[in-house]
Amino acid sequence: MKYLVSLFLLLSMTWLLWSGIWEALTLTLGLVSCIAIVAFVRRMGVVDEEGALVEFALRPVLYIPWLLWEILKANVDVALLILSPTLHISPRVIRVKAGQRTGLGLVVHANSITLTPGTVSIDIEGDTIVIHALTRESAQGVESGVMDRKVTALEGRH
Amino acid sequence: MSGALAVASWVLLAAGSVFAVVGGVGIVRLPDFFTRMHGAGITDTMGAALILGGLLCQSPDWQVAVKLLMILAFLFITSPTSGHALARAALANGLKPRLDERETEATSSTP
Repeated sequence: MKYLVSLFLLLSMTWLLWSGIWEALTLTLGLVSCIAIVAFVRRMGVVDEEGALVEFALRPVLYIPWLLWEILKANVDVALLILSPTLHISPRVIRVKAGQRTGLGLVVHANSITLTPGTVSIDIEGDTIVIHALTRESAQGVESGVMDRKVTALEGRH
Repeated sequence: MSGALAVASWVLLAAGSVFAVVGGVGIVRLPDFFTRMHGAGITDTMGAALILGGLLCQSPDWQVAVKLLMILAFLFITSPTSGHALARAALANGLKPRLDERETEATSSTP
């Protein structure tokens, strides 16, 4: 029930933000489609914390700025590397243990690694993420496990 | 639109274009498939973020701003996902990443 309500609120918010037309007809259409979607989702039995994001939606407030800052730093590093005449790279494949307990957390972790230039997650084997790193420094950045801890903290208690 | 906002907008747009081009240069210069993905990553993240940030400064009302931010949010979810699918497809078809010869002994963990 909690998930259904939060899904409904999320859908209504999305409708209002994206339509921006405050007329009776549009608002009614929006309301009808939100209720219909919640009803469909309930019938399909796919309502869970991943669909509604009720707990996950508030914690990224701190994570996203940190991730953006990491992306900025890594971007400058890799851009300078690409423009340097010697192109001093040392590509390597590393494996990092991921401490996340949920599939969604693992996806956030793997995608965050890929978003940071210099590291691309190429495979997931159980709880281990296989990463292709462009340089030794970028590999060390992932191996330090800071991102792993931050994403695990995002998951909270389940 | 005020002058400062216009300047900020054009600075962001220009910087974003520079990063997008650098990503393209990376795709050309880097030696193999997996390293080239890192070059593409620059265009996907920094290029897209700065250009959308520049457009954000020019948005006439908050609604356009919200939509631009949503574009950015979706890009940041879809581009690593597609990159991951691409890398997995390459691995599944037997393409091995070219590793640094000097250090492969230390990190010999090629799948």
